[in-house]
Amino acid sequence: MNQMIDFLIFPGLLFTAVCGMLASFVDRKVTARVQWRKGPPLFQPVYDFVKLMGKEMVVPSGAHLLTFLAAPLFGLSAIVSVSIIVWNALSGGSAGFSGDLIVVVYLLAIPSIAVIMGGFASNNPIASLGASREMKLMLAYELPFILAVMVTVIKTGSINMTHVVRAQAGAGASAVAGSPSGIIALAVAVFCIQAKLGLVPFDIPEAEQEIIAGPLIEYSGPALGVIKLTRWMMLFVVPSFAVAVFFPSSTFAGNILRYVLLLVVAILLRNTNPRVRIDQAIKFFWFYTGPVSLLAVGLALAGK
Amino acid sequence: MSITLNALTKSIWVFHAACSPCNNCDIEILDALTPRFDLERFGIVLVGSIRHADAMLVTGVPNMKTAPRIKYIYDQMPKPGVVIAVGTCPCGGNMFRHSYNFVKPLDEIIPVNAYVPGCPPKPEALIMGVVKLIKALKGEK
Repeated sequence: MNQMIDFLIFPGLLFTAVCGMLASFVDRKVTARVQWRKGPPLFQPVYDFVKLMGKEMVVPSGAHLLTFLAAPLFGLSAIVSVSIIVWNALSGGSAGFSGDLIVVVYLLAIPSIAVIMGGFASNNPIASLGASREMKLMLAYELPFILAVMVTVIKTGSINMTHVVRAQAGAGASAVAGSPSGIIALAVAVFCIQAKLGLVPFDIPEAEQEIIAGPLIEYSGPALGVIKLTRWMMLFVVPSFAVAVFFPSSTFAGNILRYVLLLVVAILLRNTNPRVRIDQAIKFFWFYTGPVSLLAVGLALAGK
Repeated sequence: MSITLNALTKSIWVFHAACSPCNNCDIEILDALTPRFDLERFGIVLVGSIRHADAMLVTGVPNMKTAPRIKYIYDQMPKPGVVIAVGTCPCGGNMFRHSYNFVKPLDEIIPVNAYVPGCPPKPEALIMGVVKLIKALKGEK
């Protein structure tokens, strides 16, 4: 029974969905204010979601039905699992299990893989193009992201989320982001988060002006609603994972505040940058961000 | 009035279906979507794929080449969805009414929910048309 509450209400599906919708609203509102306009009302994501749930679902004739419809659910369930582990640690819950940090890193890749699967299954050339771009982008950002997380693992000497949080947020302990290697790792992680969320400098797979909606082009109705919900939840879960790994607070409210700080950084990056090409993105992650994160790992091993 | 239809009126995603227009109406549509008029206040967003759309903004004259295609695009739109005829051309043919390749007005090809006449209509007229359409969907006068 307790486990069902964990999965469905807090810190699982319902909590993540509500926070994700709020984050999406903040994103759209701040974007609107940057462009000097009024922006959508508070319940806009709810209206969007309810509307999509009531629409007709069209499946293209050449698509593989099972893969096409199962892919959004894979992404949703993966992101809910991540939220359970991360917010269990951030809200001072149970001790978790050894190695759940590694599980989270793997689970965070699944929403992107689900989008790739759905794109290829939809039998549309533009969706295939978008899916192949998503795959290249994943190959680009995963390595720096894992190296940045490695810095925390070296610093705290643990691969358990709860231990990682307690080692940084307890009395007299200092956050990883307070050291030189931690600051570098956090900066690298901010760029990787931007790519993971598909926000503007790295929204190459969905590039609206070039390939319309990329892998999502054939989705409609409830399937599109689930994909949108997954996107909003990622906007909440991925930055809060970075908070847990780099600078957690010992209180729940403190963690939410730090999450909002990272969210605003992501939104401002998104609003002040043009989209890069896929080759530029891979060059950026492999030749600039990658060596910098290696440097951070070296510094962490040297005890800085 | 169902919940989903109520939500639809608050989050209309529009798809821009150009049916051989002269581009004036298209420019006015893009103008209406700029920050100055801020259609996102009403939840209106421009989407690139007809599968995501709730409303088709049709501009231009339905002629021999575009009439079958506009019907094909309408059939691909997930229902419930609405069609808005932007400009005098889709409303009735404008000065191309007697042209050799004019087929018929748009509302004889696909069902049209709102007409926004003008050559081209101003963005204000477009917004007014959409607001009237939302009121009609809700059953108000």
